[in-house]
Amino acid sequence: MISNLIYRKIFTLLRVQYSNMLEYRVEIALWAISGVIPFFMLNIWTNNNLNESINISDVMLSRYFLCAFFVRQFSVVWVVFSFEEDSLMGKVSPYLIQPLNPFFRYFAQHLAEQITRFPFALIIATFFFIYNPESIWIPNLGILFLSVLSTFLSFLIQFLVQSIVACLCFWTEKASSIERLLFIPTLFLSGLLAPVVSFPAYVKSWIYLTPFPYLIDFPANLLSGNETNISEGLSMQILWIFLLFPLFKKIWTEGTKKYTAMGS
Amino acid sequence: MNLKKYLKVYAKFLHTSLASELEYKTNILIDLITAILSLIGSIFLLSIFFQNNGSIGGWEFKEALIIQGIYTILNGITNTWFNPNLTEIVKHIREGTLDFVLLKPIDSQFFISLKKINPSGFLEIMLGFFLLFFCIRINQINLNLNFLTLSLITISCSICILYSLWFFISTSTIWFVKTWNAIEVLRSFLYIGRFPLNSFSFSLRIFFSVIIPIAFITTIPSEVFLGLSQFWKILLEINIATIFLITSRKFWLFALKFYSSASS
Repeated sequence: MISNLIYRKIFTLLRVQYSNMLEYRVEIALWAISGVIPFFMLNIWTNNNLNESINISDVMLSRYFLCAFFVRQFSVVWVVFSFEEDSLMGKVSPYLIQPLNPFFRYFAQHLAEQITRFPFALIIATFFFIYNPESIWIPNLGILFLSVLSTFLSFLIQFLVQSIVACLCFWTEKASSIERLLFIPTLFLSGLLAPVVSFPAYVKSWIYLTPFPYLIDFPANLLSGNETNISEGLSMQILWIFLLFPLFKKIWTEGTKKYTAMGS
Repeated sequence: MNLKKYLKVYAKFLHTSLASELEYKTNILIDLITAILSLIGSIFLLSIFFQNNGSIGGWEFKEALIIQGIYTILNGITNTWFNPNLTEIVKHIREGTLDFVLLKPIDSQFFISLKKINPSGFLEIMLGFFLLFFCIRINQINLNLNFLTLSLITISCSICILYSLWFFISTSTIWFVKTWNAIEVLRSFLYIGRFPLNSFSFSLRIFFSVIIPIAFITTIPSEVFLGLSQFWKILLEINIATIFLITSRKFWLFALKFYSSASS
């Protein structure tokens, strides 16, 4: 009975958000296009033969950046921006009355957006393969499953981090600037612009202790067939989720106590 | 056009938007840290490219730093003026408040392009200038009048091109209503302005100089700094900047004919 209810809730949320997202197809297509930076980076790498020094062939590097593009497409999170707007406009109050944590709503929104985005990402990948036919490869099912899983875990980590930042809206009005600050190390250290293998030794010595390489570098290496430690990567991802989740719960309960609705 | 009146109005704009932005003081501090980290990140990325190579696309590391400096200044200008104002157009059109702008006895393009200011961008501009001065020292550039005028001319042309690109996309909101993501696409394309044009493959170079003239924005001023620039390139940039400014103006007036306010 209870599981049926939860199932219905999830299903309804997803369906509502999916139809909502379908309305803005062009928006989402544009958003998919705005993620092409990895391809520009690939162009710099191969055009200047920079990959020779890190022992990755042209083909493997182009697969890596294509996978980095995919992983990024399916782990983009913007919950802090939605939540900030909703909390400034006072829309959070009705959500708080409902017997459902409002973050489930945002979570469903993200998943629905990913489903809508999928065909556009595929189209971009097709164009990529037309220009680079030698880099076509088919990963085996096990690897595919594991990389989908690790991409989802990466999405979860980023969703939790941003939700924690979003909860800061209860104390300060503009939490999104903190998110923009956090985005900078994510951009440069996650492997979106350059694979982590190419980083200098003094960075490599500590970077695997931070969550950043598990956001894009690890899933992308896994999917593209580059060398990576699968069990270590997955367990680090799960470890970070276990660390972040209680923090989110705590800040959420503290924040809702602190919350004063608009006009009160 | 009454210049004195416009200057007076602009002083008022400055006053009101500074007053409202300075309410969020910690925000400005966070934005400053973000700008510094972002600069460190890009220099880190550059250093990865150069760690085993003496030059990329004919540019040495210390020369490529000039591009970073100019990019940082231009990005600061974008964050100070273009981003806060031109994203506002989208809001004006969605909510129908563009009516009030059009009714004012003042040029509408002037009003929507300069109304707001985000002071945290100033810090980024300063950061860019520091980096440029540092580059002038390590590249042993002679500061003479000729060099100063040429660099001033090329950088102002870049600002004009950048402004027009932003303004074009924001104006297209009149037809498409939601163009947040088109702005994101522009942002991600502008990202390549951080690197010398010659480091990209031929097709990308054509794309970014003929279709979207991002190449002109940073590469030509940097060439002026190094004394490598040919006279025809500077002339070309001046021409392109003029054409872009005039068409952006024409495009705005054209688009206004299609504007039907929110309730009609």
